[in-house]
Amino acid sequence: MECLLEVKGLQTAQLGPLDLCLQPGELVQITGASGSGKSLLLRAIADLDPSAGAVRLAGQDRGDVLPPDWRRQVAYVPAETAWWAPEVAEHLPVGWQKEQALAWLERVSLPAEALDWEIERLSSGERQRLGLLRALLNRPRVLLLDEPTANLDLENTRRLERAVRSYLADSGAAALWVSHDTLQRGRLGGRIVELRAGRLVP
Amino acid sequence: MTVISLSAWDLAAASLLVIGLAGVTLWARLGVGRSLLIAAVRTVLQLLLVGLVLQALFDHARLGLVALMALVMVAIAGYEVMARQERRFAGVWGYGIGAVTMFVSAFVVTVLALTTMIGPTPWWEPQYAIPLLGMLLGNTMTGIALGLDRLTQTVWRERRIIEGRLALGENWISATATMRREAARSGLMPTINAMAAAGVVSLPGMMTGQILAGVPPVEAVKYQILIMFLISAGTGFGALGAVWLASKRLFDERSRLRLDRLRPGRRG
Repeated sequence: MECLLEVKGLQTAQLGPLDLCLQPGELVQITGASGSGKSLLLRAIADLDPSAGAVRLAGQDRGDVLPPDWRRQVAYVPAETAWWAPEVAEHLPVGWQKEQALAWLERVSLPAEALDWEIERLSSGERQRLGLLRALLNRPRVLLLDEPTANLDLENTRRLERAVRSYLADSGAAALWVSHDTLQRGRLGGRIVELRAGRLVP
Repeated sequence: MTVISLSAWDLAAASLLVIGLAGVTLWARLGVGRSLLIAAVRTVLQLLLVGLVLQALFDHARLGLVALMALVMVAIAGYEVMARQERRFAGVWGYGIGAVTMFVSAFVVTVLALTTMIGPTPWWEPQYAIPLLGMLLGNTMTGIALGLDRLTQTVWRERRIIEGRLALGENWISATATMRREAARSGLMPTINAMAAAGVVSLPGMMTGQILAGVPPVEAVKYQILIMFLISAGTGFGALGAVWLASKRLFDERSRLRLDRLRPGRRG
């Protein structure tokens, strides 16, 4: 089967060369000791850090896609989401649609008013779920999740896991999920690869 | 009217004030006593040197010499801008951004003013050209250095926000819009404040100098107004240009934030 996301010979100062193939709808977990470069790998795929080698989305080379378009389709969600304006709605991507946002709010267990909430008063669980939500509003085809549940309690963790799973099932998107947590590994399922000394080992 | 000539003793008396200040800062452990004294010594040496150079230039007024002097001044101002950055660009950019924008703003504005407004003969008459360029450089240097410093500091501090916005599909221009605006504003503020306060709070240096030298106040005021306008235009365009160039340099062709292009500068 053809890869949705294909990484070939990806190399940065600390990583690679490494290859990776994500099938449509697939969730692949990345593990590895801290400092093994898991975040660097996601950042390189999202084109936030320079890297050599080929990265293709549904056969299309990254170099042929404008960077903003690439990052909307291959969405990087960091462990700690960044906020820069007073209210939630100001952080949603350009061209977001109300119905879509409301539908997603429900699926991450947040009320419709959440769009008007002040950032200052968000809990870390709300921040992470809203951070995922705003990335999903771009309808990404690949999600790069960098320990999205690192600061969350179990309840919020499971909400986020369910939201990602249902997005993948609906959209056929694939996800790379960096996780530390062995219990989470079992819950999420799917293929698990380890990043060791800059290389991926199955 | 003649100017009262200052003796070496007069200057020595003034220097006691600076030494006293250095003593106090030392006592208060502000950690600037040393740089204060070095700066004071530099003032004396540099000004004496420039006095001699100017005298020589006035005695042998030639376009080539004036141009050489002007280029040296721009080159040194470019270095000063770089030295004032807490984080500077690696390689030639660290020097280049300041020097190029200063050349475009201060140098071009000076030539424009000489040829179209003041109109001495020849237009590069050193008595006009050199002080004018000096005043413009002194002010644009501050504006450009402030603007650049603010930009690199904010971008450094808010790198997570910038990358968060890039990751959501914004380009670097919109992801840094507020930071660039803020940086340009901080470069322009000193000039705007100086214009707003001119004559009310402070008597500008050049006007004061002309009045001390016996020029009728109204003539001195006209010159001061001209200079203020030139300074604000030079500083404004210089700061805008420098902030634009620097923010462009902070991102590469794939719109990636490249903080690796910055090096720690002053104060580590």
